[in-house]
Amino acid sequence: MDQPLIKLEGVHKRFGDLEVLRGIDLEVRRSEVVVVIGPSGSGKSTMLRCINGLEPIHLGRIFIEGIDITGSKTNINQIRQKVGMVFQQFNLFPHKTALENLTLSPMKVQGKSQSVAEQIGQDLLAKVGLSEKADEYPGTLSGGQQQRVAIARALAMQPDMMLFDEVTSALDPELVADVLNVMKDLAREGMTMVVVTHEMGFAREVGSRLMFMDEGVIVEEGDPRVMIENPSEERTQKFLGMVL
Amino acid sequence: MDAIGQAFADLERYFFNIEILRDTIPQLLPALLVVFEILFLSLLFSFIGGLTLALTRLVPLRPLRWLVGAYVDFFRALPLLLLLTYIYYGLGLFGSTTGLRFLILDPIPAAILGITITYSAYSAEIFRAGISSVPHGQMEAARSLGMNNYKAMLHVVLPQTMRIVVPPLTNELIAMIKDTALASVITTPELLFRSREIMGLKANPTPLTAAAILYVAFTLPLIRVAARLERRYGKGARPVGM
Repeated sequence: MDQPLIKLEGVHKRFGDLEVLRGIDLEVRRSEVVVVIGPSGSGKSTMLRCINGLEPIHLGRIFIEGIDITGSKTNINQIRQKVGMVFQQFNLFPHKTALENLTLSPMKVQGKSQSVAEQIGQDLLAKVGLSEKADEYPGTLSGGQQQRVAIARALAMQPDMMLFDEVTSALDPELVADVLNVMKDLAREGMTMVVVTHEMGFAREVGSRLMFMDEGVIVEEGDPRVMIENPSEERTQKFLGMVL
Repeated sequence: MDAIGQAFADLERYFFNIEILRDTIPQLLPALLVVFEILFLSLLFSFIGGLTLALTRLVPLRPLRWLVGAYVDFFRALPLLLLLTYIYYGLGLFGSTTGLRFLILDPIPAAILGITITYSAYSAEIFRAGISSVPHGQMEAARSLGMNNYKAMLHVVLPQTMRIVVPPLTNELIAMIKDTALASVITTPELLFRSREIMGLKANPTPLTAAAILYVAFTLPLIRVAARLERRYGKGARPVGM
Protein backbone atom coordinates (compact mmCIF):
# COMPACT_ATOMS: atom_id res chain seq x y z
CA MET A 1 0.00 0.00 0.00
CA ASP A 2 2.76 2.38 0.89
CA GLN A 3 4.65 1.82 -2.31
CA PRO A 4 4.78 5.08 -4.26
CA LEU A 5 2.69 5.14 -7.47
CA ILE A 6 5.41 7.06 -9.23
CA LYS A 7 9.08 6.87 -8.39
CA LEU A 8 11.97 8.47 -10.26
CA GLU A 9 15.55 7.63 -9.37
CA GLY A 10 18.36 9.81 -10.69
CA VAL A 11 16.65 10.46 -14.01
CA HIS A 12 18.77 12.14 -16.68
CA LYS A 13 17.50 13.17 -20.08
CA ARG A 14 19.36 14.79 -22.94
CA PHE A 15 18.22 16.32 -26.21
CA GLY A 16 21.44 16.18 -28.19
CA ASP A 17 24.00 18.12 -26.18
CA LEU A 18 21.38 19.78 -24.02
CA GLU A 19 20.81 18.03 -20.71
CA VAL A 20 17.23 18.89 -19.74
CA LEU A 21 16.91 16.59 -16.72
CA ARG A 22 19.98 16.36 -14.50
CA GLY A 23 19.23 13.84 -11.83
CA ILE A 24 15.57 13.90 -10.81
CA ASP A 25 14.44 11.98 -7.73
CA LEU A 26 10.75 11.96 -7.05
CA GLU A 27 8.18 9.89 -5.20
CA VAL A 28 4.47 10.38 -5.55
CA ARG A 29 2.18 8.47 -3.21
CA ARG A 30 -1.45 7.57 -3.68
CA SER A 31 -3.82 10.58 -3.61
CA GLU A 32 -0.99 13.06 -3.56
CA VAL A 33 -1.31 16.15 -5.76
CA VAL A 34 2.16 17.27 -6.74
CA VAL A 35 2.27 20.68 -8.40
CA VAL A 36 5.39 21.37 -10.45
CA ILE A 37 6.39 24.93 -11.29
CA GLY A 38 9.43 26.44 -12.90
CA PRO A 39 10.57 28.67 -15.76
CA SER A 40 10.19 27.42 -19.32
CA GLY A 41 13.00 25.10 -20.25
CA SER A 42 13.38 23.94 -16.66
CA GLY A 43 12.52 20.37 -17.68
CA LYS A 44 9.13 20.08 -15.97
CA SER A 45 7.20 19.05 -19.08
CA THR A 46 9.97 16.69 -20.09
CA MET A 47 9.78 15.05 -16.68
CA LEU A 48 6.05 14.41 -17.16
CA ARG A 49 6.62 13.01 -20.62
CA CYS A 50 9.29 10.68 -19.26
CA ILE A 51 6.91 9.39 -16.58
CA ASN A 52 4.53 8.42 -19.36
CA GLY A 53 7.28 6.87 -21.47
CA LEU A 54 6.80 9.43 -24.25
CA GLU A 55 10.47 10.36 -23.93
CA PRO A 56 13.21 7.80 -23.40
CA ILE A 57 15.65 8.63 -20.60
CA HIS A 58 19.42 8.28 -20.67
CA LEU A 59 20.15 7.44 -17.09
CA GLY A 60 18.24 6.49 -13.98
CA ARG A 61 15.05 4.54 -13.45
CA ILE A 62 11.34 5.23 -13.43
CA PHE A 63 8.88 3.02 -11.56
CA ILE A 64 5.12 3.09 -12.00
CA GLU A 65 3.38 1.16 -9.24
CA GLY A 66 6.66 -0.58 -8.59
CA ILE A 67 7.22 -1.63 -12.20
CA ASP A 68 10.40 -0.37 -13.84
CA ILE A 69 9.17 1.20 -17.09
CA THR A 70 12.69 1.82 -18.31
CA GLY A 71 13.31 -1.90 -18.50
CA SER A 72 13.26 -3.28 -22.02
CA LYS A 73 10.81 -6.04 -21.15
CA THR A 74 8.15 -3.71 -19.80
CA ASN A 75 4.97 -3.36 -21.85
CA ILE A 76 4.74 0.41 -21.92
CA ASN A 77 1.24 0.30 -23.43
CA GLN A 78 -0.04 -1.49 -20.36
CA ILE A 79 1.63 1.00 -18.02
CA ARG A 80 0.16 3.92 -19.93
CA GLN A 81 -3.34 2.68 -19.23
CA LYS A 82 -2.65 3.36 -15.55
CA VAL A 83 -1.26 6.82 -16.28
CA GLY A 84 -3.64 9.36 -17.81
CA MET A 85 -2.10 12.34 -19.52
CA VAL A 86 -3.56 15.69 -20.54
CA PHE A 87 -1.66 17.98 -22.89
CA GLN A 88 -1.37 21.71 -23.31
CA GLN A 89 -2.71 21.49 -26.87
CA PHE A 90 -5.63 19.17 -25.93
CA ASN A 91 -4.80 16.79 -28.81
CA LEU A 92 -8.38 15.63 -29.17
CA PHE A 93 -9.02 13.44 -32.19
CA PRO A 94 -10.64 15.88 -34.63
CA HIS A 95 -12.35 13.15 -36.69
CA LYS A 96 -14.21 11.79 -33.66
CA THR A 97 -17.06 13.29 -31.65
CA ALA A 98 -16.50 14.17 -28.01
CA LEU A 99 -18.04 10.89 -26.91
CA GLU A 100 -16.09 8.90 -29.50
CA ASN A 101 -12.89 10.50 -28.23
CA LEU A 102 -13.74 8.99 -24.86
CA THR A 103 -14.78 5.55 -26.08
CA LEU A 104 -12.06 4.86 -28.66
CA SER A 105 -9.32 3.62 -26.36
CA PRO A 106 -11.53 1.76 -23.85
CA MET A 107 -12.95 -0.17 -26.82
CA LYS A 108 -9.82 -0.70 -28.88
CA VAL A 109 -7.31 -1.15 -26.07
CA GLN A 110 -9.28 -2.49 -23.12
CA GLY A 111 -11.75 -4.40 -25.26
CA LYS A 112 -14.82 -2.88 -23.63
CA SER A 113 -18.10 -3.19 -25.49
CA GLN A 114 -19.49 -0.09 -27.13
CA SER A 115 -22.39 0.16 -24.69
CA VAL A 116 -20.15 -0.12 -21.63
CA ALA A 117 -17.64 2.36 -23.07
CA GLU A 118 -20.43 4.79 -23.94
CA GLN A 119 -21.90 4.54 -20.45
CA ILE A 120 -18.52 5.37 -18.92
CA GLY A 121 -18.06 8.12 -21.49
CA GLN A 122 -21.44 9.72 -20.83
CA ASP A 123 -20.84 9.66 -17.08
CA LEU A 124 -17.47 11.35 -17.52
CA LEU A 125 -18.83 13.99 -19.88
CA ALA A 126 -21.47 14.73 -17.26
CA LYS A 127 -18.74 14.99 -14.65
CA VAL A 128 -16.89 17.63 -16.66
CA GLY A 129 -20.17 19.39 -17.41
CA LEU A 130 -20.34 18.61 -21.13
CA SER A 131 -23.11 16.03 -21.49
CA GLU A 132 -24.84 18.11 -24.13
CA LYS A 133 -21.68 18.18 -26.26
CA ALA A 134 -21.36 14.39 -26.60
CA ASP A 135 -22.07 14.37 -30.33
CA GLU A 136 -20.14 17.50 -31.22
CA TYR A 137 -16.78 17.39 -32.96
CA PRO A 138 -13.82 19.03 -31.22
CA GLY A 139 -13.66 21.75 -33.88
CA THR A 140 -16.97 23.16 -32.68
CA LEU A 141 -15.96 23.30 -29.00
CA SER A 142 -14.18 26.13 -27.20
CA GLY A 143 -10.66 25.56 -25.92
CA GLY A 144 -11.89 25.12 -22.38
CA GLN A 145 -14.49 22.60 -23.47
CA GLN A 146 -11.93 20.71 -25.53
CA GLN A 147 -9.59 20.52 -22.57
CA ARG A 148 -12.36 19.19 -20.33
CA VAL A 149 -13.15 16.54 -22.95
CA ALA A 150 -9.44 15.69 -23.01
CA ILE A 151 -9.44 15.23 -19.23
CA ALA A 152 -12.53 13.03 -19.49
CA ARG A 153 -10.86 11.04 -22.27
CA ALA A 154 -7.87 10.30 -20.06
CA LEU A 155 -10.19 9.35 -17.19
CA ALA A 156 -12.13 6.99 -19.45
CA MET A 157 -9.20 4.58 -19.26
CA GLN A 158 -9.77 4.52 -15.48
CA PRO A 159 -6.17 5.39 -14.69
CA ASP A 160 -4.62 5.26 -11.23
CA MET A 161 -2.88 8.58 -11.70
CA MET A 162 -3.07 11.63 -13.95
CA LEU A 163 -0.41 13.87 -15.45
CA PHE A 164 -1.32 17.42 -16.46
CA ASP A 165 1.09 19.26 -18.74
CA GLU A 166 0.34 23.00 -18.62
CA VAL A 167 -3.25 22.23 -19.49
CA THR A 168 -4.52 25.79 -19.02
CA SER A 169 -1.65 27.60 -20.74
CA ALA A 170 -3.26 27.60 -24.18
CA LEU A 171 -6.64 28.80 -22.90
CA ASP A 172 -8.20 32.23 -22.86
CA PRO A 173 -8.24 33.49 -19.25
CA GLU A 174 -12.02 33.26 -18.87
CA LEU A 175 -11.95 29.56 -19.77
CA VAL A 176 -9.27 28.57 -17.28
CA ALA A 177 -11.53 28.38 -14.23
CA ASP A 178 -13.81 25.65 -15.64
CA VAL A 179 -10.83 23.44 -16.37
CA LEU A 180 -9.24 24.09 -12.98
CA ASN A 181 -12.53 23.29 -11.24
CA VAL A 182 -12.64 19.90 -12.91
CA MET A 183 -9.08 19.27 -11.77
CA LYS A 184 -9.81 20.42 -8.22
CA ASP A 185 -12.78 18.04 -8.04
CA LEU A 186 -10.53 15.23 -9.17
CA ALA A 187 -7.94 16.11 -6.54
CA ARG A 188 -10.58 16.15 -3.80
CA GLU A 189 -11.81 12.74 -4.92
CA GLY A 190 -8.34 11.41 -4.18
CA MET A 191 -6.89 11.11 -7.66
CA THR A 192 -3.10 10.97 -7.67
CA MET A 193 -1.92 13.86 -9.80
CA VAL A 194 1.25 15.48 -11.07
CA VAL A 195 0.38 18.92 -12.37
CA VAL A 196 2.74 21.18 -14.28
CA THR A 197 1.17 24.63 -14.11
CA HIS A 198 1.58 28.29 -13.32
CA GLU A 199 -1.71 28.42 -11.43
CA MET A 200 -0.61 29.18 -7.87
CA GLY A 201 -4.22 29.33 -6.67
CA PHE A 202 -4.63 25.72 -7.70
CA ALA A 203 -1.43 24.74 -5.88
CA ARG A 204 -2.53 26.54 -2.74
CA GLU A 205 -6.02 25.08 -2.77
CA VAL A 206 -5.48 21.42 -3.54
CA GLY A 207 -1.74 20.83 -3.84
CA SER A 208 -0.25 18.43 -1.32
CA ARG A 209 3.25 19.31 -2.44
CA LEU A 210 4.79 22.10 -4.47
CA MET A 211 7.95 21.52 -6.39
CA PHE A 212 10.11 24.15 -8.04
CA MET A 213 12.30 23.01 -10.93
CA ASP A 214 15.04 24.92 -12.67
CA GLU A 215 17.70 23.87 -15.15
CA GLY A 216 16.81 20.20 -14.94
CA VAL A 217 16.87 19.78 -11.18
CA ILE A 218 14.34 20.02 -8.38
CA VAL A 219 15.45 23.15 -6.53
CA GLU A 220 12.98 23.10 -3.69
CA GLU A 221 9.85 21.29 -2.62
CA GLY A 222 7.43 21.54 0.25
CA ASP A 223 3.94 22.38 1.41
CA PRO A 224 2.50 24.75 -1.19
CA ARG A 225 0.94 27.08 1.36
CA VAL A 226 4.22 27.44 3.22
CA MET A 227 6.44 27.55 0.17
CA ILE A 228 4.45 30.18 -1.72
CA GLU A 229 4.62 32.52 1.28
CA ASN A 230 8.11 31.62 2.34
CA PRO A 231 10.35 30.09 -0.30
CA SER A 232 13.77 29.25 1.09
CA GLU A 233 15.75 29.25 -2.15
CA GLU A 234 16.57 32.48 -3.89
CA ARG A 235 15.69 31.09 -7.34
CA THR A 236 12.27 30.05 -6.06
CA GLN A 237 11.71 33.49 -4.59
CA LYS A 238 12.60 35.13 -7.88
CA PHE A 239 10.33 32.86 -9.87
CA LEU A 240 7.38 33.21 -7.50
CA GLY A 241 7.89 36.96 -7.57
CA MET A 242 7.34 36.86 -11.32
CA VAL A 243 4.27 34.62 -11.47
CA LEU A 244 2.36 35.78 -8.41
CA MET B 1 -9.66 34.25 -98.12
CA ASP B 2 -10.08 31.14 -100.16
CA ALA B 3 -7.02 29.52 -98.63
CA ILE B 4 -8.37 30.03 -95.14
CA GLY B 5 -11.78 28.74 -96.12
CA GLN B 6 -10.12 25.70 -97.63
CA ALA B 7 -8.06 25.15 -94.49
CA PHE B 8 -11.16 25.11 -92.30
CA ALA B 9 -12.94 22.80 -94.70
CA ASP B 10 -9.98 20.38 -94.56
CA LEU B 11 -9.88 20.57 -90.79
CA GLU B 12 -13.54 19.72 -90.62
CA ARG B 13 -13.20 16.90 -93.12
CA TYR B 14 -10.18 15.24 -91.49
CA PHE B 15 -10.56 15.98 -87.79
CA PHE B 16 -14.17 16.90 -87.12
CA ASN B 17 -16.00 14.81 -89.66
CA ILE B 18 -19.47 14.51 -88.10
CA GLU B 19 -20.39 11.35 -89.96
CA ILE B 20 -17.23 9.57 -88.93
CA LEU B 21 -17.61 10.83 -85.38
CA ARG B 22 -21.13 9.46 -85.19
CA ASP B 23 -19.88 6.20 -86.60
CA THR B 24 -16.80 5.93 -84.38
CA ILE B 25 -18.01 6.82 -80.90
CA PRO B 26 -20.17 3.67 -80.49
CA GLN B 27 -17.25 1.57 -81.77
CA LEU B 28 -15.02 3.06 -79.10
CA LEU B 29 -17.26 2.17 -76.16
CA PRO B 30 -15.68 -1.27 -75.59
CA ALA B 31 -12.30 0.48 -75.52
CA LEU B 32 -13.67 2.86 -72.91
CA LEU B 33 -14.55 -0.18 -70.82
CA VAL B 34 -10.94 -1.33 -71.11
CA VAL B 35 -9.86 2.09 -69.83
CA PHE B 36 -12.23 1.68 -66.87
CA GLU B 37 -10.86 -1.76 -66.13
CA ILE B 38 -7.25 -0.57 -66.20
CA LEU B 39 -8.13 2.47 -64.12
CA PHE B 40 -10.09 0.64 -61.49
CA LEU B 41 -7.46 -2.00 -60.86
CA SER B 42 -4.48 0.36 -61.14
CA LEU B 43 -6.12 2.78 -58.74
CA LEU B 44 -6.87 0.05 -56.24
CA PHE B 45 -3.42 -1.53 -56.42
CA SER B 46 -1.51 1.76 -56.40
CA PHE B 47 -3.55 2.93 -53.40
CA ILE B 48 -2.54 -0.19 -51.50
CA GLY B 49 0.99 -0.02 -52.87
CA GLY B 50 1.44 3.66 -52.09
CA LEU B 51 0.08 3.32 -48.58
CA THR B 52 2.28 0.28 -47.92
CA LEU B 53 5.36 2.12 -49.19
CA ALA B 54 4.56 5.19 -47.10
CA LEU B 55 4.04 3.12 -43.96
CA THR B 56 7.21 1.13 -44.60
CA ARG B 57 9.08 4.41 -44.62
CA LEU B 58 8.06 4.88 -40.97
CA VAL B 59 9.54 1.56 -39.87
CA PRO B 60 12.70 2.12 -37.84
CA LEU B 61 14.87 0.01 -40.13
CA ARG B 62 17.25 2.17 -42.07
CA PRO B 63 17.98 -0.22 -45.00
CA LEU B 64 14.28 -0.80 -45.55
CA ARG B 65 13.52 2.91 -45.51
CA TRP B 66 16.37 3.52 -47.92
CA LEU B 67 15.07 0.83 -50.25
CA VAL B 68 11.58 2.33 -50.31
CA GLY B 69 13.03 5.79 -50.87
CA ALA B 70 15.07 4.49 -53.79
CA TYR B 71 12.00 2.80 -55.28
CA VAL B 72 9.91 5.94 -55.01
CA ASP B 73 12.58 8.19 -56.50
CA PHE B 74 13.41 5.81 -59.33
CA PHE B 75 9.88 5.21 -60.52
CA ARG B 76 8.94 8.84 -60.22
CA ALA B 77 11.86 9.55 -62.54
CA LEU B 78 11.35 6.75 -65.09
CA PRO B 79 8.90 7.60 -67.91
CA LEU B 80 5.86 5.33 -67.73
CA LEU B 81 6.03 4.84 -71.48
CA LEU B 82 9.43 3.17 -71.16
CA LEU B 83 8.37 1.13 -68.15
CA LEU B 84 5.39 -0.24 -70.10
CA THR B 85 7.68 -1.16 -72.97
CA TYR B 86 10.09 -2.99 -70.66
CA ILE B 87 7.29 -4.87 -68.95
CA TYR B 88 5.49 -5.93 -72.11
CA TYR B 89 8.31 -6.45 -74.62
CA GLY B 90 11.31 -6.87 -72.30
CA LEU B 91 9.80 -9.25 -69.77
CA GLY B 92 7.92 -10.99 -72.59
CA LEU B 93 11.12 -11.62 -74.50
CA PHE B 94 12.89 -12.85 -71.38
CA GLY B 95 9.94 -15.10 -70.58
CA SER B 96 9.74 -16.68 -73.99
CA THR B 97 13.50 -17.29 -74.20
CA THR B 98 13.76 -18.80 -70.73
CA GLY B 99 10.45 -20.58 -70.79
CA LEU B 100 9.25 -18.63 -67.75
CA ARG B 101 5.88 -18.15 -69.37
CA PHE B 102 4.35 -16.25 -66.46
CA LEU B 103 6.55 -13.32 -67.46
CA ILE B 104 4.72 -13.04 -70.76
CA LEU B 105 1.88 -10.69 -69.94
CA ASP B 106 -1.13 -9.77 -72.00
CA PRO B 107 -1.33 -6.06 -72.80
CA ILE B 108 -4.02 -5.24 -70.22
CA PRO B 109 -2.27 -6.86 -67.22
CA ALA B 110 1.01 -5.38 -68.41
CA ALA B 111 -0.58 -1.93 -68.51
CA ILE B 112 -2.08 -2.38 -65.04
CA LEU B 113 1.28 -3.54 -63.67
CA GLY B 114 3.20 -0.62 -65.17
CA ILE B 115 0.71 2.02 -64.08
CA THR B 116 0.54 0.47 -60.61
CA ILE B 117 4.32 0.50 -60.21
CA THR B 118 4.61 4.15 -61.23
CA TYR B 119 1.55 5.43 -59.42
CA SER B 120 2.42 3.55 -56.23
CA ALA B 121 5.53 5.70 -56.16
CA TYR B 122 3.47 8.87 -56.70
CA SER B 123 0.88 7.97 -54.09
CA ALA B 124 3.57 6.95 -51.61
CA GLU B 125 4.72 10.56 -51.64
CA ILE B 126 1.15 11.79 -51.18
CA PHE B 127 0.54 9.45 -48.26
CA ARG B 128 3.88 10.35 -46.70
CA ALA B 129 3.01 14.04 -46.85
CA GLY B 130 -0.46 13.28 -45.52
CA ILE B 131 0.80 11.25 -42.57
CA SER B 132 3.42 13.81 -41.66
CA SER B 133 0.86 16.62 -41.76
CA VAL B 134 -1.12 15.03 -38.93
CA PRO B 135 0.19 16.84 -35.83
CA HIS B 136 2.58 14.80 -33.73
CA GLY B 137 0.39 15.42 -30.68
CA GLN B 138 -2.23 13.10 -32.17
CA MET B 139 0.15 10.16 -32.08
CA GLU B 140 1.25 11.08 -28.56
CA ALA B 141 -2.32 11.39 -27.32
CA ALA B 142 -3.14 7.99 -28.78
CA ARG B 143 -0.02 6.43 -27.27
CA SER B 144 -0.73 8.03 -23.90
CA LEU B 145 -4.12 6.30 -23.96
CA GLY B 146 -2.37 2.95 -24.16
CA MET B 147 -2.67 2.36 -27.90
CA ASN B 148 0.29 0.66 -29.52
CA ASN B 149 1.83 2.12 -32.67
CA TYR B 150 -0.34 0.03 -34.93
CA LYS B 151 -3.64 0.95 -33.28
CA ALA B 152 -2.68 4.61 -33.03
CA MET B 153 -1.88 4.60 -36.75
CA LEU B 154 -5.07 2.75 -37.69
CA HIS B 155 -7.59 4.59 -35.53
CA VAL B 156 -6.09 8.03 -35.13
CA VAL B 157 -3.47 9.00 -37.71
CA LEU B 158 -4.66 7.25 -40.90
CA PRO B 159 -8.30 8.41 -40.74
CA GLN B 160 -7.01 11.97 -40.57
CA THR B 161 -4.51 11.28 -43.34
CA MET B 162 -7.32 10.09 -45.61
CA ARG B 163 -9.07 13.45 -45.46
CA ILE B 164 -5.86 15.21 -46.35
CA VAL B 165 -4.94 12.95 -49.27
CA VAL B 166 -8.32 12.93 -51.01
CA PRO B 167 -7.71 16.04 -53.16
CA PRO B 168 -4.19 15.10 -54.32
CA LEU B 169 -5.28 11.52 -54.96
CA THR B 170 -8.14 12.77 -57.12
CA ASN B 171 -5.61 14.76 -59.12
CA GLU B 172 -3.58 11.58 -59.46
CA LEU B 173 -6.61 9.79 -60.82
CA ILE B 174 -7.05 12.48 -63.46
CA ALA B 175 -3.43 12.11 -64.51
CA MET B 176 -3.84 8.35 -64.51
CA ILE B 177 -6.82 8.50 -66.87
CA LYS B 178 -4.71 10.29 -69.42
CA ASP B 179 -1.72 8.02 -68.81
CA THR B 180 -3.79 4.96 -69.74
CA ALA B 181 -3.35 6.22 -73.32
CA LEU B 182 0.34 5.32 -73.01
CA ALA B 183 -0.73 1.68 -72.90
CA SER B 184 -1.50 2.00 -76.62
CA VAL B 185 2.22 1.46 -77.31
CA ILE B 186 1.92 -2.08 -76.02
CA THR B 187 -1.16 -2.82 -78.15
CA THR B 188 -3.63 -2.52 -75.29
CA PRO B 189 -7.09 -2.23 -76.88
CA GLU B 190 -7.85 0.99 -75.02
CA LEU B 191 -9.25 4.24 -76.34
CA LEU B 192 -6.25 5.71 -78.15
CA PHE B 193 -5.15 2.37 -79.63
CA ARG B 194 -8.62 1.57 -80.98
CA SER B 195 -9.14 5.04 -82.36
CA ARG B 196 -5.87 4.78 -84.24
CA GLU B 197 -6.97 1.44 -85.67
CA ILE B 198 -10.24 2.96 -86.83
CA MET B 199 -8.32 5.94 -88.18
CA GLY B 200 -6.39 3.51 -90.37
CA LEU B 201 -9.56 1.85 -91.62
CA LYS B 202 -11.30 5.12 -92.41
CA ALA B 203 -8.15 6.77 -93.75
CA ASN B 204 -9.24 9.77 -91.68
CA PRO B 205 -7.96 11.01 -88.31
CA THR B 206 -11.40 12.04 -87.00
CA PRO B 207 -11.55 8.93 -84.73
CA LEU B 208 -8.77 10.58 -82.69
CA THR B 209 -11.20 13.41 -82.04
CA ALA B 210 -13.80 10.87 -80.98
CA ALA B 211 -11.31 9.53 -78.45
CA ALA B 212 -10.49 13.05 -77.32
CA ILE B 213 -14.18 13.77 -76.75
CA LEU B 214 -14.52 10.65 -74.63
CA TYR B 215 -11.40 11.41 -72.55
CA VAL B 216 -12.56 14.96 -71.88
CA ALA B 217 -16.17 13.99 -71.18
CA PHE B 218 -14.95 11.46 -68.67
CA THR B 219 -12.25 13.58 -67.04
CA LEU B 220 -13.94 16.97 -66.85
CA PRO B 221 -16.44 16.02 -64.11
CA LEU B 222 -13.58 14.60 -62.05
CA ILE B 223 -11.67 17.86 -62.38
CA ARG B 224 -14.70 19.66 -60.95
CA VAL B 225 -14.95 17.09 -58.16
CA ALA B 226 -11.25 17.52 -57.39
CA ALA B 227 -11.67 21.27 -57.12
CA ARG B 228 -14.58 20.82 -54.73
CA LEU B 229 -12.67 18.35 -52.59
CA GLU B 230 -9.74 20.72 -52.55
CA ARG B 231 -11.94 23.46 -51.11
CA ARG B 232 -13.43 21.10 -48.57
CA TYR B 233 -10.40 19.19 -47.34
CA GLY B 234 -7.43 20.97 -48.85
CA LYS B 235 -4.73 23.14 -47.35
CA GLY B 236 -6.80 26.30 -47.08
CA ALA B 237 -9.61 24.58 -45.23
CA ARG B 238 -9.99 25.28 -41.53
CA PRO B 239 -8.31 22.52 -39.58
CA VAL B 240 -10.74 20.79 -37.29
CA GLY B 241 -10.07 20.90 -33.60
CA MET B 242 -6.46 21.99 -33.56
